[in-house]
Amino acid sequence: MCLAIPIRVEALLPEQMARVTLSGVSKVVSVALLEDVQVGDYVLLHVGYALTRLDPDEAERTLALMREAAVPGLPAPGLPALGEVAA
Amino acid sequence: MKYIDEYRDGGLARSIAATIAKEALADRHYRFMEFCGGHTHAISRYGVEDLLPANVEMVHGPGCPVCVLPVGRIDDAIRLGMRPETTLCTYADLMRVPASGGASLLKAKAAGADIRMIYSPMDAVLIAEAEPARAVVFFAIGFETTTPSTALAIGLARRKGLTNFSVFCNHVLTPSAIRAILDTQGRPETERVRLDGFVGPAHVSTVIGTAPYVALAAEFEKPVVVAGFEPLDVVQAILMLVRQVNEGRSVVENQYIRAVTNAGNRIAQREIAEIFELRETFEWRGLGDLPASALRIREAYALFDAERRYRVVTTPAADNPACECADVLRGLKTPADCKLFGTVCSPETPMGSCMVSPEGACAAHWTYGRFRDRAKPAAPKARPVQAAA
Repeated sequence: MCLAIPIRVEALLPEQMARVTLSGVSKVVSVALLEDVQVGDYVLLHVGYALTRLDPDEAERTLALMREAAVPGLPAPGLPALGEVAA
Repeated sequence: MKYIDEYRDGGLARSIAATIAKEALADRHYRFMEFCGGHTHAISRYGVEDLLPANVEMVHGPGCPVCVLPVGRIDDAIRLGMRPETTLCTYADLMRVPASGGASLLKAKAAGADIRMIYSPMDAVLIAEAEPARAVVFFAIGFETTTPSTALAIGLARRKGLTNFSVFCNHVLTPSAIRAILDTQGRPETERVRLDGFVGPAHVSTVIGTAPYVALAAEFEKPVVVAGFEPLDVVQAILMLVRQVNEGRSVVENQYIRAVTNAGNRIAQREIAEIFELRETFEWRGLGDLPASALRIREAYALFDAERRYRVVTTPAADNPACECADVLRGLKTPADCKLFGTVCSPETPMGSCMVSPEGACAAHWTYGRFRDRAKPAAPKARPVQAAA
């Protein structure tokens, strides 16, 4: 229900709308909940409304903290990625 | 996809999990509740539980709006949809939720009711504009994530001067539900769930921020780590919780810094406050009647309130007596503890709401986790339930 996907703003349209694309699918959504949205921003899209802008610096910092939390040398290389196995 | 793939790196997840195993104290058992159905789904789908050491246990919480909506409100929606003049617009998640007497929105639609699945509340407004002869009712449910969208849809309908659009409002509030889980005073010992902390809401927090959890963490002395919905986010949040427990801290921390701030989205909060006000009380499946836990439409927007327009009076209705959804939602039981699970109750023919939504604990366990039950036939059926510390 609270599913929201990171999506790139491609063009700003009148009445606080924007064109976004994800994997080749294009859609017009509302950006009325955000201030100063720019083309190229990534926003979290939920039921047709952008909820928040993703902060690229904080995203990088999160990944850095994750790498810091990892045990060096673990795991052994060659393990499968998490993900689509059960889909 | 950017901002998704990098947070699903299996090698990094296993490596952070190794740090959790190293730092989790061997003589201690950690029980953390992931509040959100989105986290439940991620934990099940990506096998996060398999990465964790045996003494770090995840308990599923009530953060699935479809799951906590009581049967009586689904009955109301079906009645609204059956009126000859109305078009009921709903999120697809609600179509198969079992209502009283074996009914559901899907069955009502098959019987001829004009019930339509929509992606966005904006779509419901556009249907009302395109079909002025129809009385369009939007069946609004969801936590704070979804509420601003409903508020903006009502604002749009007002600007367009529509008189044939209204909202059946069932929006509920996350902090009230967390309080209900933690505040077990006066409940019998068997109804108290022992928890060491919370993986806090992801997208709810983009709207309300992290500040609303601060008082809860302090009052009940439980750490809260707001986390994103990707598997690496969850694993990192669990490590942050283990560290807080080990250091004897109970504060709110934010793992989801790329999307969530302390204050949240002020515009969204303003839009919610403009249209909605607190209900004195609202019934939650599993948690019962909770004070100040839901929203209704303000008097100034009465024209857009389906409850006022159609004089909706909700009659409380009982769940299937054998269904354990209520206890599953409170973290007291696991899906496998329910005798309906996987027998008569499956996602194809759900008996309870937790089996309907893909975020429900039962649906997630059915789709991704039930092989574990078969692998461990000797596993204890019931979770140990102890008095809150």
